[in-house]
Parts: sequence; structure tokens; C-alpha cells
Amino acid sequence: MTKKGKLALYWAASCGGCEIAVLGIDDKILKVAEAFDIVFWPCVMDGKVRSIEKMEDKSIDLCLFNGAIRTSEQEYMARLLRQKSKVLVAFGSCAHEGCIPGLGNVASREEIFQTAYHDTPSTDNPEGIRPQPETEVDEGILYLPIFYDTVKTLDQCVEVEYYLPGCPPEPERIWDAIVAILEGKLPAPGSVIGAETTVCDECPRKREEKRIKEFKRTWEIIPDPEICLLEQGLVCCGIATRAGCGALCPTVGSPCIGCYGPNEGVEDFGARMMTALASVIDSEDPEEIDRIIREGIPDPIGTFYRFSLAASQLRRTALTTGGEDQAAASA
Amino acid sequence: MSEKVGVYICHCGTNIAGVVDVEEVAKWAGENLEDVAVSREYKFMCSSLGQELIEDDIKNEGLTRVVVAACSPHLHEKTFRRACSNAGLNPYLCQMASIREQVSWVVEDNEAATEKAKAMIAGAVNRVKLHEELEPNLVPVNPNTLVVGGGIAGIQASLELADAGYPVYLVEREPSIGGHMAQFDKTFPTLDCAACILTPKMSDVGAHPNINMLTYCEVEEVSGYVGSFNVRIKKKAKYVDEEKCTGCGICIEKCPKKVLDNVFEVGMGYRKSIDRPFPQAVPNIPVIDTESCTYFQRGKCKACEIFCPTGAIDFEQQDSYLDLDVGNIILTTGYDLFDCKAMPQYGYGRLANVFTSLEFERMCNASGPTEGKIVLRDGVTEPKSVVIIHCVGSRDENHNPYCSAICCMSALKFGHLVMEKTDAEVTSCYIDIRTTQKGYEEFYNRLLEEGMNFIRGKVAEVTDAARLPGEEDKLIVQVEDTLLGIQRRIPVDMVILMAALEPRADAKDVGLQFGISCSMEGWFTERHPKLDPVATMTDGIFIAGAAQGPKDIPATISQGAAAAARVQGMISVGEVSIEPVVATIHEENCSGCRICNTLCPFNAIEYLEDKEVSYINAALCKGCGTCVAACPAQAITGAHYSNEQIFAEIEGLLYDVISGNGAKAPRVEREPVPA
Repeated sequence: MTKKGKLALYWAASCGGCEIAVLGIDDKILKVAEAFDIVFWPCVMDGKVRSIEKMEDKSIDLCLFNGAIRTSEQEYMARLLRQKSKVLVAFGSCAHEGCIPGLGNVASREEIFQTAYHDTPSTDNPEGIRPQPETEVDEGILYLPIFYDTVKTLDQCVEVEYYLPGCPPEPERIWDAIVAILEGKLPAPGSVIGAETTVCDECPRKREEKRIKEFKRTWEIIPDPEICLLEQGLVCCGIATRAGCGALCPTVGSPCIGCYGPNEGVEDFGARMMTALASVIDSEDPEEIDRIIREGIPDPIGTFYRFSLAASQLRRTALTTGGEDQAAASA
Repeated sequence: MSEKVGVYICHCGTNIAGVVDVEEVAKWAGENLEDVAVSREYKFMCSSLGQELIEDDIKNEGLTRVVVAACSPHLHEKTFRRACSNAGLNPYLCQMASIREQVSWVVEDNEAATEKAKAMIAGAVNRVKLHEELEPNLVPVNPNTLVVGGGIAGIQASLELADAGYPVYLVEREPSIGGHMAQFDKTFPTLDCAACILTPKMSDVGAHPNINMLTYCEVEEVSGYVGSFNVRIKKKAKYVDEEKCTGCGICIEKCPKKVLDNVFEVGMGYRKSIDRPFPQAVPNIPVIDTESCTYFQRGKCKACEIFCPTGAIDFEQQDSYLDLDVGNIILTTGYDLFDCKAMPQYGYGRLANVFTSLEFERMCNASGPTEGKIVLRDGVTEPKSVVIIHCVGSRDENHNPYCSAICCMSALKFGHLVMEKTDAEVTSCYIDIRTTQKGYEEFYNRLLEEGMNFIRGKVAEVTDAARLPGEEDKLIVQVEDTLLGIQRRIPVDMVILMAALEPRADAKDVGLQFGISCSMEGWFTERHPKLDPVATMTDGIFIAGAAQGPKDIPATISQGAAAAARVQGMISVGEVSIEPVVATIHEENCSGCRICNTLCPFNAIEYLEDKEVSYINAALCKGCGTCVAACPAQAITGAHYSNEQIFAEIEGLLYDVISGNGAKAPRVEREPVPA
């Protein structure tokens, strides 16, 4: 038997769903354990960062990194694991394109702190205390990670070999990827491991030419079970979303929200969705078109950039505070 | 391998150099832009000397890419592509930066213009390096031509082509060719009779061995592309066997059912349930109108069948379809007349003796409902006074903003006919008299001499409410005489409304069917308003006559002939090269979501049911990019407009922002590097 490889798994700004998805491969996890020594997996087993720091560079064969980069600690871990790993995989939507944490890019740290530590009705903070990177106490200085203004994707911090899309990636796709890694049948570095077409390809619904008179929210209609949801007015992102999930949501009547990210070669998921939908709105009257969009899509960022704002061309809304306080904080 | 880019900056006389510091820009591009091997400026790049400059540099300096910063690519892209081609460089490796239309003509500040020119050139240089060699495709041209619409434009186009020896299918929706011209009496300014000059041409069409006349037919479907269109024609049932009918007319004589003729006679006369539009109809074959035919309505009669000497009546006839292969299509679908009821202040439809121009044409026509007698609606009384109102529905923001081009001359003609045939006094109420063509002004002078009255003013109202003595039982025309500055009430017997020419009611659908666009009003859009008036943006589809915009008979005939000449040119070359800048759907990326299916303005996209993917017919694609932008899966790419090329161009345009000093840099967050 050949020498076992070394595997690390890490989570940064994420919900933990990816960790559960890894376990979703069921008893195949034993095969993973057969093939790899798991050297680091904070969610599941005890481990020390220091022991990773002490490892030789490139001594970890495979690192599955889930979660986006929101704090200095996460960035440190990303760099560390990059340094120690031969193959770094951005695992799941957060690492791949920012995902839900990335939606924080519509606000600055200041705005987020204001909401979280002051404005929410359940907050009781009469002294206005906020987390500080450094706090002097009698015993010395305490450090907290710096909270960035902007959420970054993994590859905006470090070089990434592969991407495994999905929120979370489907267990079958995870297993496919692990098999590909074990068998050395990998695409060119920098690739997304997955399909090159979109969810419609896996969707059993019947599709016709598209002309949309009105966008509907999911609570407004009970969709016909046979017909394409988009044709029924539901903003289904399946047209733009990479296949791989088996069209789980649209199959059961819930429109695709785009968690598998953009198709191969697409620069900006939201822009693709918007141009596509704008093209099939069935009206030539600018005022009516305006009404159809305004009434049907009240939250364009949340609809079209739900998973990809941090990875989009614009990445975030314009910062008004400029991040100077952050530079001061880290100095 | 890095490219060797040549940059050429045109002065365009002072058009560009008067605003942009071209020497400075050329020097800057040579020194600052990566891979630029040669950077020159020249007075007129489009001159043969300018082109030779490019050709020499390609040969001597080994340029692999060319950027010409000059006018809009619409004007000279071809010129510079050809220059590259002459020197052995693929023409698609040339890129233009429009520093005239987009810089020197629109930026007032010289320094800002110079900076903008630099950015445009940086964009072009960045982009051109990613250009790919493209080769046009050659496809054969089918020598058959489809002409849609049998009015004078279609007749002329068909005859020109047929006389040149090429087969023509002439499709007409009505039972006879002839169009509006067949309804007219005299033609301005020469006053020769419309029928006398039209019917010989109609007979020529009917008898021509190269013309296959398809009357009472409509185009059902069009597919294919320049050189090889497939057209499906619906032949509406005439209930008369065209092979057996001799056109003797006995059936018409014997038919007991008389109905109002709302088409050819515009409601002024009657026709039978089996009839032809007019005696000189071509083909001279009657058609049964099932809506009014006693047999079709009540199951009894069959008089026509009983009396037909050749047994040509066939009540069982069905609509049938005919599939044609043609190389080019000429659309000569003509115009509709403005509905004068839309201007109730003129009383048409309410006041009996208000006539439309076409009604009056029929009245003047010797074979028309009054046999040429000019009489009031009662059919007997000659008018003693007539007012002709110009611009009814034309030059009117409430209806059509444009001038209908022919009404002034028609009004003069009507004035002449009224004075010739009756003793009536004729008054024209006009906004401006427009007599711009050969012999037209002379005709106007003639009418002035003949004693026609002219009042410059737009008529406010035509009413029968008498207020003053002498107005009883008259139509009163209320108009401001703007030359005298007074209000006038003119009591008359008859009013003629010079109705506007409008696009056919179904023009937009027809445009969609043939993949061509219409103006806001609905006139078919020509490829270039001055330089290419009969071609359209869709290769192989030509337009002629009033379908393109209001025009008189000579202009219509000229366009018909011009369109035919263009088609002859295509046929005689025998093959046509198809622009390689087209979109392609990559099947492996296409999920068949069908977003793109309805978008193509040229009908180039079809859905392949078996493979569940969409497909672009490259020969139909014009490379407009609509589908490329819309494809949510980015399964469609546009040659010459790849993401990489477009982003490279944008990066070039932003060169001073991206690579410049910190002041101009976009706000990029500087994250602290953790210890």
C-alpha cells in the first residue's frame, strides 16, 4: 500500500453546512480515512495551529478550505494552509464566491458594528462597547482578529488550485472530486470541479420560449408542476447556475437561488442573470418594464448576488468610510 | 509571442487635429503602450498614401496588429481592413479607435480631448492584441427572386429582373396586381391616365415567361439566409380553377349578389360576390368572396357554376401552400391610407360630402363608380365649390409627424380635374405647398393660372352648422388665412381630405417575418438613408416604394428598379461572402433554457428539440451580440467580441486609473498582512 496522503479541512467565515456536507458522503468517509491522514479538522477533531505552523511547506497533500475571509485570523489561516498545502481547494460557495457572508459587502464594518452592537432591539450595550483588535488589561494586551470592511473570497487572498461549488456542495459531487483527486484525474489548476452547463440541463420541467409579463414572489403562486418556473414568473436562477445539484430546488417547485455559482467562463453571475431576464421581459414600454422590475424584484442584490457579491466585478458597494480606521486599528 | 502593433493617428484635416494634439498622442502611444512597434500620425489616413503607410509598415516592420485612430468604423473600417489585407495581414487583426465622432467632435476642451484620445487608443491596442484571424464564408446565390407586393414598385422590380433573364415569384395579397396606382385616374404632373401607363406593365408581368405571378397569396413563413431563403406561400382559395378560367366574365354578369366594394372602390361602388377588382385585372380571374356569396352563406345558388362555360368554378377548393427557394427578396408592400375618421373635426363619415383623396380618385376615374363624373354623394349633383384640405394626418403631431410627400401634387391634380370637369370654384387650404420634383413647380404655376384659390392655413373645422347667410345646406370650412391674418368661413359643396400615407397596418409583423426593422412609424428601415436606400440590414432582403416611406410614382419605380439592380448584382456574382463576426452557441455549455430563443432580430436562433439546445444559423447571424449578452450560461460567444477582448479594451480605456498614481486609483482596500 502506498503512503497515505495528508488531508486538512478548515472553515473560515461560513455556517458549518460544508462540514456537514463532507459527512454527507456517509460511510465513504472511511475510504477517505483510508486514503488520507487527516492532520487538521477543527470542527471534528482536536488540533493546534501551532502544529500546522511547524509542518514543512507543501507537506499537506490536500486542503479543503470552506468559508470566506472576513477577519485577519481567517486570512492568516488561509495563507498558512496555502503555504503548507500542495493542493488547496476552495470548498463550497463561501470560499468560492463569498456566499451569504459576502452579502455583508453591502455595508462597511462601521455599519455592521453599529447594527450588531448598538441598533438591534435585543442589544443591551449602555457603555457602547465594541470589539477592539487590542485591549489592555492588567495581565497585558488581549488581541482579537481584525474585522475587515470587505469579505473576500479565498482566491482573493491566496492562490487556489480548485473550486468545489455549492452551498453546500452535494455529497455526490464531493465524492466525485475526492475520487478525481485520488485518481489524479484533475482538470487544469484554477478550474472549477463540476459541470459546464447549467441547472436547466438537470431540471425535468418543460421549457418553452420565454416572455415574462410579471415576476412573482414564491409566496404569490402555487407553480404548475410541469412548466419551467421562470416561465411562470418566478425568478429561477437555474438558467445561470452551474449544474451539479440535480436541480433539487426547481424539481420540488422552489426556484433555484444560484448556490452553485456561475457557469464555466462567466465573469459575473448577477450581471448574467440580469441581462438574461431583462432580455425576456415582455414589454416595450419603458414605464411598464420599470414597474415589472420594481414590483417583481424588490431586492436585486439579494436576488442576483445572493452567493456571489464578494466575487462579482464590483465586489461591494462603495465604501464611504474608506477603511482608514481599520488601518489605524491595525497599526 | 508578443504582438507588434502599429498605431496610426489620423488628423482628418483639422477635424481631429484641430482639437486633439495628434503629435503628442502618437509620441505617447509609441512610448507608453506595450507592444506598440510603430506609432505615426498622418493628415488623412484614409487617403491612398495613408493606407500605403500601413501596408509598408506591415511589410517592412513586420506588424502583426494595426490600430487606426480616426473616424467611426462605420465609415472606414472596410478601408483599413482592406489595407491590411493587401499587405497580407488578416483584416480582422485591425481595430479602429473613433477619435473623431467620439472625441474631437464631442469634447470641447483640447486637453481633455487629447487625454480621451489616448484612452481610446490604449483600449484599442489592448483589444487588438487579442483579436483572432477570421475568414468570411462564401455561400451560393439562388437566382430566383421573391417580390412581395404587386404594386407599381413590385411590378417594376419583377420586370427588370425577368427581362434580365432571372426567374421571379411575384406575390400579391389581392386578386390582381396593380396596387394603389390601379385605383388612380390621372397622374401628376403630366396628367396621363394611370391605367394607360400601368396596364401595359401589368400585362407584361402576366405574360412574362420568367415571372410566376402568385395573386391572392400571402407569405406564410420565411427561413434561410441571403442566397438561399425558403419561403412558404399560402394560396388563398379563389374557388375558381385558374387553369380552366378564361376570364370571360359571364359568372360576374350572372352572379345575383351585389355588395359594397370596400377595397378597390373604397366604398364608392359595388361588386359581385364573384368578381375581379377591376376590368383590366391581371390575372383576369375572378375570386369568390365567401362572406357574401349566397351559396357559401345559405348553401344555394351556384349561378356562377351553372353558367361558367369552362367548368372553372370549384366550390371545394381549399387554401394550399407552396414552398419556394429564392436567393433574394424584395419587399414592395406599399402603404395604407390614413383613416380620416381619426380627425372628427373634418366630419368624414358624418358629413356626406366630405371625401377622402382615394374616394375622389375613384370618382374621377372613367371606369369608377360615377364613370368619371364629379358629383356629390347623392350621385347626381355637381358641386359648385370645392375645398381641398392638405396634410390630413400628415405634419401633425397628433397623428403623423412626417410629410406624406405626394398630397400637394395630388391636390393640384384634383383641382385641375374639378375645374376641367365642372364649373366649380376650387380652393386649396395648405400649410406649405411642396413641389420639389421635375415639372412639379410648373404644374403648380399652371393651377395658379387656371384660377385655383390657395389659402395658407390649416383647416380648423368642417361643419354643416350654418351661422351666416349663404351657409345653409353647405359645408362650412373654418380656416385661418395666415397670410391675411383673418379667420375665414368658406361655404362649399364638397370637401376633399388629402389623407396621409401610413405604413401598412401589419408592417411591423412583416418586418419581423423577414428579419428587418421598421422606423418608429412603421416604415421599413433602409441600410443607409442616403447611400443604401433599397438594401436593409438583413442581407438579401431589399425594400422599394412606399413601404420604405411616402413617395410618388417616379420615385417608387426608381426604387423598384434599383432593388432589382442590386439583386441582379448578387445573382451575377453568384456567391456572397458572409461576415464572420457571428455568435456561436457552444452545445456543451447550453442547457436549453431558451432565454435566447425570442431575442434574435434576424431569426437566426432555433431550438433543437432533439438535442435540447439552441442553435445559431451563422448565415443569418449579424453578430449584433444580443444573445451573447443575454445567455445566462455564457454558452454563446461572439466572434470578435469575446469577454477577453472586451475586458482588455475596458482595461485599456482605464489605463490611467489602473496603472496611474494613487490619486486616481480606485478605492481598493488595503488589508493589513497578518504577522
